[in-house]
Amino acid sequence: MQAGAAKEPLTGNMDQTTQYKPVFVGERRQQLDDVFKHYPNKQAALLPALWIAQDEQGWISEATMAEVAEVLDLTAAYVKGVVTFYTMYHEHPVGEHFIQVCTTSPCNVCGAEGVVEAFLKHTGCGELGATSPDGKYTVIEVECLGACGFVTPVLIDNDFHDSVTVEKVPELLARYR
Amino acid sequence: MGYPHKPHPKETVLLSEYFGDAEARTYDGWIKRGGYKALEKALSMDRAAIIDEVKESGLRGRGGAGFPAGVKWNFMPKEPTGPHYLCCNADESEPGTFKDREILRWTPHALIEGCAITQYAIQAEVCYIYIRGEFTEAIGVMERALAEAYERGVLGGNAMGTGKRIDMYVHRGAGAYICGEETALMNSIEGKRGNPRIKPPFPAARGLFGRPTTINNVETLASVAHIISRGSQWYKSLSLNNPRSTGTKLFSVCGQVKKPGNYEVVMGFPLKDLIYDLCGGMNDGRTLKACIPGGSSVPILNREETEACLLDYEGCQEVGTMLGSGGVIVLDDSADMVYQIMRLAHFYAHESCAQCTQCREGTGWTTRILRRILAGEGEMKDLDLLLDLADHMTGRTICPLADSCAAPVVSGINKFRGEFEAYIKGEKPATLAAV
Repeated sequence: MQAGAAKEPLTGNMDQTTQYKPVFVGERRQQLDDVFKHYPNKQAALLPALWIAQDEQGWISEATMAEVAEVLDLTAAYVKGVVTFYTMYHEHPVGEHFIQVCTTSPCNVCGAEGVVEAFLKHTGCGELGATSPDGKYTVIEVECLGACGFVTPVLIDNDFHDSVTVEKVPELLARYR
Repeated sequence: MGYPHKPHPKETVLLSEYFGDAEARTYDGWIKRGGYKALEKALSMDRAAIIDEVKESGLRGRGGAGFPAGVKWNFMPKEPTGPHYLCCNADESEPGTFKDREILRWTPHALIEGCAITQYAIQAEVCYIYIRGEFTEAIGVMERALAEAYERGVLGGNAMGTGKRIDMYVHRGAGAYICGEETALMNSIEGKRGNPRIKPPFPAARGLFGRPTTINNVETLASVAHIISRGSQWYKSLSLNNPRSTGTKLFSVCGQVKKPGNYEVVMGFPLKDLIYDLCGGMNDGRTLKACIPGGSSVPILNREETEACLLDYEGCQEVGTMLGSGGVIVLDDSADMVYQIMRLAHFYAHESCAQCTQCREGTGWTTRILRRILAGEGEMKDLDLLLDLADHMTGRTICPLADSCAAPVVSGINKFRGEFEAYIKGEKPATLAAV
């Protein structure tokens, strides 16, 4: 696919009435070209390419997978296989702020489940994985965030927060309006 | 854990000396603290001499397996027929472990220095630092430090003015515990699903992109510069009477203890002193029930074993567990062992790559049986079933993830059987809704 060329909607279950807006044009294309220099082949740039795409579009749609496949000379099915292996790529749109709360044993034993409940309550998400009615938040439980001495660690978008307690949840959320 | 880090008098700070010191993150700050002198020295040494020095120091892998680092490097071909690679394993995901995160966040140049020395020794022009996707802050710090290292001529085509090429890149993971397993890590860098590979061939023969590769943990690589500057004999002297476990080790202490955090002590340090002294002991009114000393994949210790355990590779083996990654999970008398073991099994079920049947089915089955017991619907024969399952999950798969799920289950049932039976007999009310 040539950067800037007119695009036909790519395959996938996207809404066919909307023109797909490609990721890898202009600066994003440049970013990917820089990534290529780190590896001896294009396939190795798959994880970084998916990160760039998710950064741009908020999630990885089937159309995005098809574009990534084309740019890296892979098949869309192969790309989907990789996307579905890793938990951090969103296969569905998520809220404006994506909240990941660690509940693995060391956090669990120190009260992480209470922190999850507080997030569900104060965001209005109601249940894990669901997006709040205002589209602002999605809350999920995540396995070990690697900060077990700072319970409870919470990742909001790209910001890592240590030592979150039930009491601190409303104040923390106020920073993500 | 507060910063700046004020070490306890019983700590021996080598790797953690600058934790909390923001200036140490910069190139100039690192130089001011004596940084990059070891790299300069190494680049003037014979490659074989560096490998011998590290071998002699007794440095063993800090990621979990404890394999001697110098011996691993020595497996690399001496006369390259093409590229060699170094992978720095910064996919720290073992529950209970959070030491590499601090090295990445606070002393990125210490890691760059260790990687560069290692690259020179094993003739790898390229090193990938594989950082788990969730470590957003660490990735940012590491990327800034790498950009500075390139700018100041530490890395690149004329590294340290020697005319040698040393390149280093961050590769961001995307959420998969299994990518901390070295062959899965290589697949992940290659743009594949993180499925572990069958060994042999071992990475030193056919690794990343089919080329000879060495994979070392962050803490292992960060220790290398100290060995080069101060010598193997000095490093070996950092040991409490056990020549097979040398140097200092970072222990991440978490769970139900007064002052969780990272503590750096000499190998052989008593676990009870770490918990009762350095960490300020148990929370008020609580007593120690159990401890998992090496990250969640190692067998659980009861109180007596914990108090007898010496923190080095052999000391942990003596009480029937492993030093692992040094992630110490402390549980007090209020902890529900059945629930916590279920939570660990759930973790492994979630993280299984699903290649091997024993692991894919075994981790899920184990979790479901434990949930059944917690829901008050267990039977006595379930305990035998769990042990039988664990037996089929140990030593029978491509990688040790299934073994890691079995370890807490087997040790948990053997040492805390009464807690399981209390749920089964209905002496303890169910904590989970029936399914």
